[in-house]
Amino acid sequence: MALLEVKDLDVRFAVRGGDLTALRGISFSLDKGERLGLVGESGAGKSVAAFSILNLIARPGYIAGGQILFEGKDLAAMSERELRKIRGNRIAMIFQDPMMTLNPVLSIGTQMVEAIKAHRRISTKDARAIALSKLNKVQIPSPEKRLDQYPHELSGGMRQRVIIAIALLLDPEIIIADEPTTALDVTIQAEIMALLLELCEQDNVALMLITHDLGVVSQVTQRMLVMYSGRIIEQGSTREIINDAQHPYTQGLINALPQMGQPGERLFQIPGSMPSLKNVPTGCPFHPRCKFATEQCKRTMPEYVRSGNVDVACYEVSNLIEQEKHMQESEQ
Amino acid sequence: MTSPTPLVDIRGLEKRFDLSGSLLEQISFKNGRFHRKQEAVHAINGVDLQVQKGEALCVVGESGCGKSTVARTVMGLLSPSGGEIYYDGERIDNLDGKEVLPYRRKMQMIFQNPYASLNPRMTIQQTLEEPIRFHHPDWDTDRVKEKVSEVMQSVGIDPDWGSRFGHEFSGGQRQRIAIARALAVDPEFIVADEPISALDVSIQAQVLNLLMDAQEKRNLTYLFITHDLAVVEHFGTRVAVMYLGRVCELADTKTLFSTPRHPYTQALLSAIPKLEDDRPNHIRLQGEVPTPVNLPSGCVFHGRCPYANERCRQEIPQLIATDEGAQVACHAVEEGRL
Repeated sequence: MALLEVKDLDVRFAVRGGDLTALRGISFSLDKGERLGLVGESGAGKSVAAFSILNLIARPGYIAGGQILFEGKDLAAMSERELRKIRGNRIAMIFQDPMMTLNPVLSIGTQMVEAIKAHRRISTKDARAIALSKLNKVQIPSPEKRLDQYPHELSGGMRQRVIIAIALLLDPEIIIADEPTTALDVTIQAEIMALLLELCEQDNVALMLITHDLGVVSQVTQRMLVMYSGRIIEQGSTREIINDAQHPYTQGLINALPQMGQPGERLFQIPGSMPSLKNVPTGCPFHPRCKFATEQCKRTMPEYVRSGNVDVACYEVSNLIEQEKHMQESEQ
Repeated sequence: MTSPTPLVDIRGLEKRFDLSGSLLEQISFKNGRFHRKQEAVHAINGVDLQVQKGEALCVVGESGCGKSTVARTVMGLLSPSGGEIYYDGERIDNLDGKEVLPYRRKMQMIFQNPYASLNPRMTIQQTLEEPIRFHHPDWDTDRVKEKVSEVMQSVGIDPDWGSRFGHEFSGGQRQRIAIARALAVDPEFIVADEPISALDVSIQAQVLNLLMDAQEKRNLTYLFITHDLAVVEHFGTRVAVMYLGRVCELADTKTLFSTPRHPYTQALLSAIPKLEDDRPNHIRLQGEVPTPVNLPSGCVFHGRCPYANERCRQEIPQLIATDEGAQVACHAVEEGRL
């Protein structure tokens, strides 16, 4: 059984003039110790997907349907009290901006001890010892000193290390990291990503990494999901998707990267931009920007088809697979 | 450089930001004596750059290295603490308000955040008309309108949308409008300060293509500030790598990416996450960027450099030409240790 299994998740936002659907029929699973990447542009719903796992969607947003099974129990149906036992304890989260997640008026040590004591009956002294060991683990220089320092005294990279140490405090099974390195410089980003990867492998922690950076996904994750306009349009082995993307959107996203183009030449560009939630197109949400779009794409959302170790929701891809089958059959 | 007069010539540029405040704030009483303490952020410490006509010179570096300060000082948005800036052979950093006007038309800037750089209370038409009316007071309304519609078309924004406000557009469209505003007065030189870092990947490609098309059609020269090396490799003709207010390596793009010489450039290049990689394999630097308030002595990079020796700790390295035609400020490269 998968450690975490999301089935047919729908998340909506109740606003004046009707509900906006932010996530539509999201299904995926995460095994123990597995690293999964969630990729998409802003507005695709990747952060909503991550937040909804711990039911952190604030009003007017709500989970309208589907299940989030963690070790067989449905997180979507749990009470706040039960959820609080899981949040930060079994499933930890790392957010984008370390300055926003750390309390500016409490020392690092106080915040870490507080997090441990919220879940365990333990003396302050023991809690501090755990905090110190985790700070050591994230390779922070002079960790004893950091316990008594305040967030503003640390640099951006160091703050993100503290955040990772806090996420590790209670030895979680899953870490959900929402753009953990976006606010950091390239060299610091490389350090933090390598550290996160190392820690997850060491303790066999599952990682769900939300990012817009395909390079990071390629380096860190084993499987990935590509989201577009609230749907997963492609999911499967990271290597296969990066090397040979099936969905026209994923292909466009990869080919639009400057490292894929010839220096000085025009870059490949996908025309237009992602539709807003207020007017999501009918059928496949990508069809207005897709060069393969047919009448069928405009009417109905395609089902997933399997190609290698990847699931793709695209009529063009399923037609190609059909054609290949016919060819093989006729050859035989 | 043997080439003719560079379009923009930056010589020995320095910029300090005073931190110490007023006289009373500087004075403290310690051990029975009064002390006066003055502090400054040393944002740029002696930068020499030449931008040749028609090229796209990229300045890269991490936050706090002074790349944006260079951009703003060149544009005259900040006044330099030392050094000189020449435009087409004329010195421009010491001109007063009226004298600098013709240069303001020739030099335009595109900012990072299109949400902040467009006035929320002005329609797009007003936003685009403003610079034209300011620099061409003799133009009549029809001519101004015609120009606005021309630049809007050239950046791919429907001229009929002129009556809309900035908030009605997406991030990519807003950045197009910001580019249109820069192009409206037919500049020769554009300073772009991280113009695509606030945008999504697919939109980044659109805007980069637009900037490249504009360069070709209008014969523009760019000073392109960015932290994204993948963009540099694609867009730039030459690259200057900055660290703590100094240029540590200057080379044409191909040379820099194929044979980076400065240890910092090497670390920076290795840190770009690449699609082919299965695991991160970057060069690990020790420590973090020191504060620009108390600059390290000697080479500013020595504290994190694996090749640093006694000379690096004491003597500031100067840019020295290498065999590949690049310029590197590193004692180790000069001595052949690297």
